[in-house]
Formats: sequence, structure tokens, C-alpha cells
Amino acid sequence: MDDNSKQQTQARKGISTREQARAPIPQEEDRAALLNYYYQMVLVRRFEEKSGEMYNRARIGGYCHLNLGEEATVVGFSAGLAPDDYVYTNYREHGYALARGLPPGAVMAELFGKDTGSSRGRGGSMHLFDRERRFMGGYAIVGGQLPLATGAAFALAYRAAHEIVACQMGDGTTNTGAFHESLNLAKIYALPIVYFVVNNQYGMGLRVERGSAVSELYRKACAYDMQSWRVDGNDVLAVRDAVRKAAALAREKHEPSLIEAVSFRFRGHSVVDPDRYRNPQEVQEGRAHDPIEAFATRLADAGLLDEKERRKLDEKAEHEVDAAVKFAEDSPFPSVDEFMAGLEGYVYAPAETGEEGA
Amino acid sequence: MAEITYRQALHDALREELLRDEHVFLLGEEIGVFEGSYKITAGLLTEFGPRRVVDTPIVENGFVGMAVGAAMLGLRPIVEIMTINFIVLAMDQIVNQAAKIYAMFGGQCPVPLVIRTPGGGGQQLAATHSQNLEVWFAHVPGLKVVAPSTPADAKGLLRASVRDNNPVIFLENLALYNVKGEAPRDDYMVPIGKAQVTKEGADLTVISYSRMAAVALDVARRLEQENRLSVEVVDLRSLRPLDRETIVNSVRKTNRAIVFEEDWRSFGIGAEIAALLQEEAFDDLDAPIKRVASLEVPLPYSKPLELATLTGSKQLIEAINELAPRRRRRVNHGRNNHAPAQ
Repeated sequence: MDDNSKQQTQARKGISTREQARAPIPQEEDRAALLNYYYQMVLVRRFEEKSGEMYNRARIGGYCHLNLGEEATVVGFSAGLAPDDYVYTNYREHGYALARGLPPGAVMAELFGKDTGSSRGRGGSMHLFDRERRFMGGYAIVGGQLPLATGAAFALAYRAAHEIVACQMGDGTTNTGAFHESLNLAKIYALPIVYFVVNNQYGMGLRVERGSAVSELYRKACAYDMQSWRVDGNDVLAVRDAVRKAAALAREKHEPSLIEAVSFRFRGHSVVDPDRYRNPQEVQEGRAHDPIEAFATRLADAGLLDEKERRKLDEKAEHEVDAAVKFAEDSPFPSVDEFMAGLEGYVYAPAETGEEGA
Repeated sequence: MAEITYRQALHDALREELLRDEHVFLLGEEIGVFEGSYKITAGLLTEFGPRRVVDTPIVENGFVGMAVGAAMLGLRPIVEIMTINFIVLAMDQIVNQAAKIYAMFGGQCPVPLVIRTPGGGGQQLAATHSQNLEVWFAHVPGLKVVAPSTPADAKGLLRASVRDNNPVIFLENLALYNVKGEAPRDDYMVPIGKAQVTKEGADLTVISYSRMAAVALDVARRLEQENRLSVEVVDLRSLRPLDRETIVNSVRKTNRAIVFEEDWRSFGIGAEIAALLQEEAFDDLDAPIKRVASLEVPLPYSKPLELATLTGSKQLIEAINELAPRRRRRVNHGRNNHAPAQ
């Protein structure tokens, strides 16, 4: 609790957490893991840039929300969890899916509406899902994933399982009834769950201060006597460490907790949003604190990543995204005939499945 | 076979499912320590403990969603919503989440969930505690909706609902809880999506569900005893999927149909069935289909007003008398035809 209150005090004083993002990398960090974080962040960046491009070329329909600028938050979140933990997210989830190991091709194919997509082209950008990897879905109704994730944690507690649930959401979600109902339920039932608020400072176009009576969002958890922390969402290690700490609490003590990662959206709410409500200077400044650049500098300063190696990783990510696009392009659309012939099976689960959980 | 109440039938089915399958658990407001607002779950907390019988705070969206999430991981939650009026608070989790998850994620994740809830008016509970909102759910692909009218069907359908791998809205009715009927065998199951002809008849068909199906059966039996009319009664039992075949077959035989429902008429279950019949049995109809439903107003509290608002056996008998073949109409006796039309 001391640690918690110290961090809360720091956050309240408005100490710029951006200083942390430039701090030297601790000696004990594993180089391979660090380079993997870097690679994952670049992969998300390239994937999202490509998603925007493919949207503009009309390969992707509907809404499309990108994780650009949030890469450290996304990768740090995933890195703090065990591979068999369950993840629920909102609709800005491409990066989370990639970080949880969904093949980039399956994600891009889903955006393209192809049969090889992670939801077989039935869900699209906002509804990625992979049961095998325990990526339990992107959810497009703000707050919709919170009761679901809380219920998944309930099931884990019911079975006395060792896994936990991590539930990502945006800043605007903390104003919904589902948020408050879920935190309360998680606390009274002592559920193994981590609530992870990505505060990118805007709910669509509404600034956090205008939409939330409490703009330091992590403080809302105190209403449920729940530990909470605010971390710099531009610092992949800080995010990872916070998630690790929260995950350990959930796993070992069945204590739910909440993390607020302060992040920044490089572009508008979705790819079609011209982003007119933000001050250009603010956007410029936000983009200047690029989490990938900051991390690369830290790695270089620690002698862990030189220019040549960086270029190699960047190119690898580029290739992986190109391959994902090619896979999506080459994949077939779902067959309309098969779809029409099997509507019942599309909507309803058959009798013989569903006995055992994921 | 011994007779038990509808309440007891539900209780027995819950208990047997809890005994049968460790994945099954109950949750809802006041179902444990309080033993249920309508005592369906009486004694179950004592028998099964707080892990299997979970009292929730008053957060319908929260705990319904929690049940959906638990079902996603393979548990089989049975939720009690104290009355259907409160289900409105959980619409996001039912309509936007539970009904979509299996289809939207490409068939990767079934949601084996039952939500039990009573509807119905007539208890002087006024506008916010007396509604019949089942049509909202019957409208939504991805949900199943069942509405038993007898203790046997309550038991058989509840067992089938718990074993289904999809979200099922299980509609009960406050005025049915004390109704008695024959107790079925332990392994009795009623398949979801199958209507039942609860009484055969030749003159016309009354199509109904839940409490009104019980009222309709009572009226039909009375009319037969009085040797006045031969009324066939179709108890839908399931609203989604709807057993179109049984409905159409009955009306093809009798050529006349009344849909009798406790909910509001416009956009109701009756509207759907009338549309179905004109699509599938147009040439077999000898008269326009009648809909007998409650007045389209928020239900008033005062007893005389409440009685005037809700539909019931009186309204059904009136409709039957209007629709019955002329040769069988009680009021006619060959003379009314000459009465002035005023």
C-alpha cells in the first residue's frame, strides 16, 4: 500500500512520467526480451500504418481504430501477462491481438473480411477473437467487455485455476455503469482480474477532464477499495512491470486491481476522423514523445541495440506486415452460398460443443 | 403421477441440474440467503453452498454480463432476474454481447447461459413491475426464448435450456407459480422449439404461450364441456425458435385463428404469428386472424383499472364468439343476423 500511495501522490503532483521513459535500462533486464518488445512495438506500428493505408484503399470496411502511438502500452500490457492468461479488450485492439500472438495474417484477413480471418470475417476490425490463444475478443460497445471479463475471472475462481483475466479499456469507459458494476463485483467476489485503462486522453473527441469528474482515472478504483496505479504508457517497461505486479496480486491473492496507462493517440479516433478537435501543437508534442523512438534510444544508450540491428528488426516487421497483407489479399471471401445454407449454424452453437471451457 | 406447483417444478429442475453438472451454478438477486423473491431457490444455498448459489448485488447489467463471461469459459450459469422489468438494465449484455458472441467470433465460443425471469401483471404492481417484454428477446437472432405454461413444461424446458449451448431467456409468470400440474419423471425433457397442441378442436385455433396458454386451455375445456364450441389450443412453449409447422398445421385444420397474449398488441407475438399464417396458410383461412392482447398503456395500479387493462378469459371468449363459424355461434341462434347494425 505504501508503494501504491507513493505512486498515487506522484501522479497527483503531475510529475511527468515521460522522464521515466528515458531512464537507463536496468542491468538485470534480459536482452532478448527487450529486443522482442522493441520488435513487437514496431510490428504494431507498421501493422497499423498499413491498416490505415488498406482502409484508404477500400480493402477494409466499417470502423477501424488504430493503436498508433499506444505501442508501448499495448506491448507492455501483454508482456506483463502469462501466455495462458485471458485477455478482453475494446475495439481498438489490433495491436493487443498481435501482441498476444495472433498471426498478423489472420488479423489483417479479418480486417479484409476474409474467411481466413481470426473471426472468419464475421467480426471485422472491432471483433477479433482467438480462443486458442485466449484472446477473448475485441468489444465494440464501450464497457461491454468489463462484465464479460469479470465473469471470465469468476469462472477461473470457480475452478480454482491459476490463470487470470486482463481487461483493457479506454478512458471513456471509466464513466460507464458497466465499469463501476464490474469493479464492485470483482472486489466482492475476490476475482483474479486486472483492469487496464488506456488513458489516451480522449474519448473520441471528448477530453478526459470534460468527461470525467475525476481525471486521474486510477483514483476511481478507491471507491471499491481496490489497489490502482498510474503509469507512463509511453514506457513499455513501466507498463509491463505494473501489469506484472497487478497480475501477481490477482494470481496469488485473488485481488483485483486497476492500472491506468497514460498514453497518446497519434491520429484521430478512427481512420476517418480528421482529428479537428485537438490542438495541432498538442498533437505535435504528443507525437514527439514517440514510445518506439524513446525505447530505441534507451536500448542504444545501454549498448543493446545498434543502428544496423535496429534496421534489421524494422525490416523484419515490414516484411511480416507485407506478408500479412498478401495473405489477406490472397485469401478467399467467405462463401455466400455456404453462409446462406448454414445460417442456423452461424447463429447458434450446436448441442455437442461447449461442455468444457477454453 | 403426483401434482406439484410450477414453482416446485422449477425448483426441482434447478436442484437436479446442480446435482448433475458441476459446471452449473445459480446467480441472482436474493436467491441465496433470502431464498428467492418468489422462493424458487428455497433451500438451495443450504444444500449447495455459496459457490454454486451466488447472491449478487442489484446490478443487472453487471451480473448478467458476468454470467455471460463465465459461460464463455465453459460454466453453465443460470441467472435469476427478479422480474422481467429489471432485465431492461441488462440489455447490453444480453442483446449486444450474449446474442452475438458465438456468431460474431466465427463460432469459436458458445455461450451456454439461462436467464430465468417472471413476467406478467395482475398483482397490482403497476407500470414498472408488470410488463411482458418477451417479444424484445424473441426478435433477436442468437437468443432462444421459451415460455412454459405448465409445471411439466417448466421442468422439461428448464432442463433442456440448461443443457443448450446458447443463451436462453426462460420466461416465467408471477401468476403461474402456484398453479399445479402433473409432475413429470426425473429425466423429462421438453425440446426447445416445439409447440404443443394442448387440446384438439375443430372450430378454431387459439395460439398462446405462458400464462395465457393456461387460460386458453381452461376456456377451451369449458366451452367443450358446455358443448358449445370445439376449440384447439396451441401452446407455443418456445417463441424463438418458433414452431411454425405446428401453428400452420393446426390452422389448416380449423381455418380460424386467434392469437392470445398478455403483452401489448402492436408489434407483438400475435403480429408475428398473424404474418406467418397469412404467408403460409392464406388459402386455408376462413376469417381474418384475431389478436387478443392487453391494452396498450402503462399498467395502472388501481384494481378496477388494472382489471380493465389486462386481457384474460373474458376477452378471449368474446373473440372466440366473434370468430367461431356462424353455425356454432352461441349468440346467433339465427336471429342476430337481422339485428340492426348499431
